[in-house]
Amino acid sequence: MDILKIKNLRKIYHTKKRELLAVDNFSFNLKKGDFVAIVGPSGCGKSTILSVLSDLEKPSSGIIEYDKKLKFGYMLQDDGLFEWRTIYKNCILGLEVQKKLENEKYVNKLLKTYGLLDFKDSYPSNLSGGMRQRVALIRTLATKPDILLLDEPFSALDSQTRLAVSDDVYKIIKKENKSAIMVTHDISEAISMADKVIVLSKRPSIIKKIYDIKLDNKKNPIENRKDKNFAYYYDLIWKDIDYHV
Amino acid sequence: MSNEHKEYLKKIKRKNIIIKSFQILIIIFIITIWQLAANKGLINTFISSSPKNIINTILKLYKDKLLFHHIGITFYEVLISFSLGTIFGITIASILWRYQLLYKIIDPYLTILNSMPKVSLGPIIIIIAGAGIKSIIIMALLISFIITIIDVHHYFKETEKNKIKLMKSFKATKRQIFIKLILPSNIKNLINVCKVNIGLTFIGVIMGEFLVSKSGIGYLIMYGSQIFNLNLVMTGIIILCIMASLMYYIIVILEKRINH
Repeated sequence: MDILKIKNLRKIYHTKKRELLAVDNFSFNLKKGDFVAIVGPSGCGKSTILSVLSDLEKPSSGIIEYDKKLKFGYMLQDDGLFEWRTIYKNCILGLEVQKKLENEKYVNKLLKTYGLLDFKDSYPSNLSGGMRQRVALIRTLATKPDILLLDEPFSALDSQTRLAVSDDVYKIIKKENKSAIMVTHDISEAISMADKVIVLSKRPSIIKKIYDIKLDNKKNPIENRKDKNFAYYYDLIWKDIDYHV
Repeated sequence: MSNEHKEYLKKIKRKNIIIKSFQILIIIFIITIWQLAANKGLINTFISSSPKNIINTILKLYKDKLLFHHIGITFYEVLISFSLGTIFGITIASILWRYQLLYKIIDPYLTILNSMPKVSLGPIIIIIAGAGIKSIIIMALLISFIITIIDVHHYFKETEKNKIKLMKSFKATKRQIFIKLILPSNIKNLINVCKVNIGLTFIGVIMGEFLVSKSGIGYLIMYGSQIFNLNLVMTGIIILCIMASLMYYIIVILEKRINH
């Protein structure tokens, strides 16, 4: 079932000197429970799509259809934890803002499930980069969003942590049965995590291709990288993106 | 604890002792040389005074029950203008953060007011507010107030963009963003503003006392210079140094409290 329909989305940025077409003709439907990755060259306007979906920016034209009861949860590149708040207080930030403190039980459950209960009263500076990212995810999940928007969520981490955390986040999202749209510039990350990969062109971003990722034995992001189809998709997407140094 | 770590801690401690002892030695050295030079007649104590004369002047002021009277007046003026300047400055900066358009409109006027020497307003202030404490407080207020608005507004605007984006993604109102993010993330900056303001307020108060007052440390200095009693002038300066550093340290202690 499609829970989100985007039709001919177009976003133009205006500055004094010029106008910049960031995204054009972006159409796509998201099924419930799907994990979709959007890849493209850097600066192509990938993040713009998420900003528009989460209502931080208005689209210039196009139609975005979804049940108004549906909620989006945004997760940014940087964990954005508030250093002056404890881990627990960070997790309930969204609940405080939306005055939904009745969800606190759920936060406790999430903290427990994902091994952060002992750090409840610690401050972010005492946590590793990976743990901080997990806190950021719990903060997003706390408001019980239906669709997660992940904007390069691991790019601030070093490559080993990045693998471990992406594995972690993937499992959490699947376990909590969320739909997700992830923007990334990392092709491997996209193939190893997503059910669908949307490849964007250079700016103005238009969809070049959409791949249904079919791996022989889909498990978790780390295992998926060993799948024999992994290299096949990697090769195709690499050619699509057409990187130039 | 390993021996190596103990050794390391000892090293730090030793270093701190050396720094502290040198700091104390320097002041003792200056005072001694000053007094010796005065004793030997190498300097003219009529102009440069001497530590002994300063202590005698302080004792005399104390006996005449004037010491704490003058300190009290100056302290009172500083406290009032510092509090008002800081509170109003931060409040107005907050309003300007909320209403960006308003900020853009009054920005050039703030810049002009900031670069203008506030003392030049002295005569006008005295005519409006009278030759008394009111004028002194207004003068000191003006000096710290404008720069507080400019600095605090700048700090507020520099708050991390992605944290604001995060708050917006939760559909936070401007008010919520301000209370939950802007204000707490800038506590350190606000304390720094306070530190600067203490210094600026002292400048304002002393300038005001030079112009109009009949009491206060600034008055003491002015009066001393008029009757060529340089001992009194030096005493006033020394008392000011002590007062300013004490108030500064009160803020440092407050800062440590908040950080824990």
